[in-house]
Amino acid sequence: MAHYFDHNATTPVSAEVLEAFVPMLSGSFGNASSIHAFGQEARQKMEAARREVAELLGCDPKEIVFTSGGTEADNLAIFGVLRREGLAGRHIITTAIEHPAVLNTCIELEREGAAVSILRVGSDGVVDPDDVRRTLRPETVLISVMHANNETGAIQPLTEIASLAREAGALFHSDGVQAAGRLPAKVRDLGVDLYSISGHKLYAPKGMGALYVRDGVKLHPMLFGGRHERERRAGTENAPGAVALGAACAWINHNVHEEGARLDGLRDRLEQGIQQRVPHVRVNSASAPRTPNTTNIEFEGIEGEALVIALDLAGFAVSTGAACSSGAVQPSHVLTAMGRSAAEAKATIRFSLGRSNDAAQVDALIDAVRASVSRLRKLSPTYSHV
Amino acid sequence: MSEPLIAVAMSGGVDSSAVAGLLRREGKRIIGMTMQLWNQRRLPELQVEGATGRCCSLDDVYDARAVAAVLGIPYYVVNFEDRFEREVVQPFIDEYLAGRTPIPCTLCNNYVKFDKFLEMAEGVGAETVATGHYARLEQNQATGRWEMRKGVDESKDQTYFLFGLKQEQIARTLFPLGGYTKPEVRRLAAEMRIPVAAKNDSQEICFVPNGDYAAFIEAYFREKGINPRRTQGEIVSTEGQVLGEHSGVHHFTVGQRKGLGIAKGEPLYVIATEPASQRVIVGRNDDLMRASLTATGVNWISIDSPASPIRVQVKIRNKHVAAGATITAGSDGQTVEVRFDEPQRAVTPGQAAVFYDGDRVLGGGWIE
Repeated sequence: MAHYFDHNATTPVSAEVLEAFVPMLSGSFGNASSIHAFGQEARQKMEAARREVAELLGCDPKEIVFTSGGTEADNLAIFGVLRREGLAGRHIITTAIEHPAVLNTCIELEREGAAVSILRVGSDGVVDPDDVRRTLRPETVLISVMHANNETGAIQPLTEIASLAREAGALFHSDGVQAAGRLPAKVRDLGVDLYSISGHKLYAPKGMGALYVRDGVKLHPMLFGGRHERERRAGTENAPGAVALGAACAWINHNVHEEGARLDGLRDRLEQGIQQRVPHVRVNSASAPRTPNTTNIEFEGIEGEALVIALDLAGFAVSTGAACSSGAVQPSHVLTAMGRSAAEAKATIRFSLGRSNDAAQVDALIDAVRASVSRLRKLSPTYSHV
Repeated sequence: MSEPLIAVAMSGGVDSSAVAGLLRREGKRIIGMTMQLWNQRRLPELQVEGATGRCCSLDDVYDARAVAAVLGIPYYVVNFEDRFEREVVQPFIDEYLAGRTPIPCTLCNNYVKFDKFLEMAEGVGAETVATGHYARLEQNQATGRWEMRKGVDESKDQTYFLFGLKQEQIARTLFPLGGYTKPEVRRLAAEMRIPVAAKNDSQEICFVPNGDYAAFIEAYFREKGINPRRTQGEIVSTEGQVLGEHSGVHHFTVGQRKGLGIAKGEPLYVIATEPASQRVIVGRNDDLMRASLTATGVNWISIDSPASPIRVQVKIRNKHVAAGATITAGSDGQTVEVRFDEPQRAVTPGQAAVFYDGDRVLGGGWIE
């Protein structure tokens, strides 16, 4: 029986989400934009789901745009702001630790004529708001900084950056894909204008996400077609996906504090267990505020990809940094932005916990890590503490 | 204790896919691994459509992954790009610039496939690795020594590239295809419904598109922003007469006839390149004949270093027909003098001299 410690990659659909989702596929199958009773039934369920998502983010339901996932939400936010007018002379600020859905979108805009500043982060993986302040220009139209990093879990100082954005008259987008469901994520408290979430990171199916768009913020659409989602996102509404996302948010709305505390305890148990039993390890972003479920640990002298394979064969699913499309591992851009060498970045493993994990699994994982790391270090030409 | 784990090196080609299929059919516990050795996005000027020799392309990774999926085995891609560049690509370039003709496949076998890959396999819990090489390994029950024999399919035999394997490497290696011919392997692959059963054989040097190694070397230096040291020089006859100029010693290999750019009555061949003076010596076909050579960095496989001269057959390049010779090993076993029964054409520095007794691989070394 394999144990899953890779919830930042994706999560299984939970029982309560499945229960809401399946009847939408054939029972309440109507097109939510249709006039008749079939359409109205789907519409009612979808709008109830929108209210749950709005409650998760502490906003008005009409400020929620359903998308096909986190990547589309990020693209819609960034392209949507920048393409309202010509790109020439427009400036965006983002960070070196963003997900590719943000970074590559900004790089594409740069290619199309916008100016892009990519901020470095400190060795703890947190961006310094003063760097944002220094990088602001009169022509800055958008700042995009993630809420919590997918690899380290480090939480970024959104409220400080939000006030800087407001003073400068720029809009503020945050990729909340790794934060929503793991941390309180009320958009009014955070001060963001745009906030992306993804269903499959919080026990809803893949292919579903949402973008919070503060009332009054106009976006240029990415997709052209029918007048769906208040003309912000064309295409027949994915009512089953929306209902699933709503059910996932409803569970979080009731359980985020309790489950967060439970995961925080398990994460500390894992981190301390490894630190006590495996010498020469370093926890990345340990001094930063972090999501409760994530720990990112460097094991001196080993190759992370070998440890991931060894643990997989021992029945534990963990991850190195982001895997590239061929499946081969490149040094994590997040860890290199934090000043780690390529060798240090490649020696690093991400453990991300979730609802299925318990203390017994964590203890078994610690044993497996200790055994695998010790075997790999015996073979390592670079480990010097034998 | 569960069945020992075998790591199959899967390139996405038919041979290594068949290995995975055969071991799976025998009920062995296996995992598939693809070594990512070279980033095809580098040196984009060399990428033309339909180019041959594209190792580690995404297509190959997808193919290997598809085969693993059909077989239902765990599958991983491991990144050895740094290692490959350091141990194979850079020595390959250095050798050419020094006027020698290198064999990157042997370097890859010695320093990547049967070194780093073995280490990675052991690290993840696989004591043994299996590859699609056409060669046979067997342990001599009397001496305990591992012996190597040519593959049954002489036309596909790859022992010429495997002479560097040490006993401890061989002890942990399986070559399941050594007893099959290539047509049999294709048939087996098709029988086992392996998706790549009809895929073309890989050609030439895997990281050099279209076999144009001179263009590869120049593109590599451009990418690195390094000005390669000057390798242009004179083309000189065996009598010392200057016949022309050449654009770099790395364009020439011993025995080459084309590309000299000199019109003379009789055909001219490259006899030697002189790295010190950057001169290329040309002459008649007869001038290419050599009765002896010295091999260095010798590794012994099926026998220990012989104390006195022995009669063997020696191959001096992969497609060479092994020639009768007497070999005499130096006292350290690392240097061997080879004296051929009949002079051999185009003995090429940088290539290997591999010693055979029939189909047994005794050992081999690098031609000086």
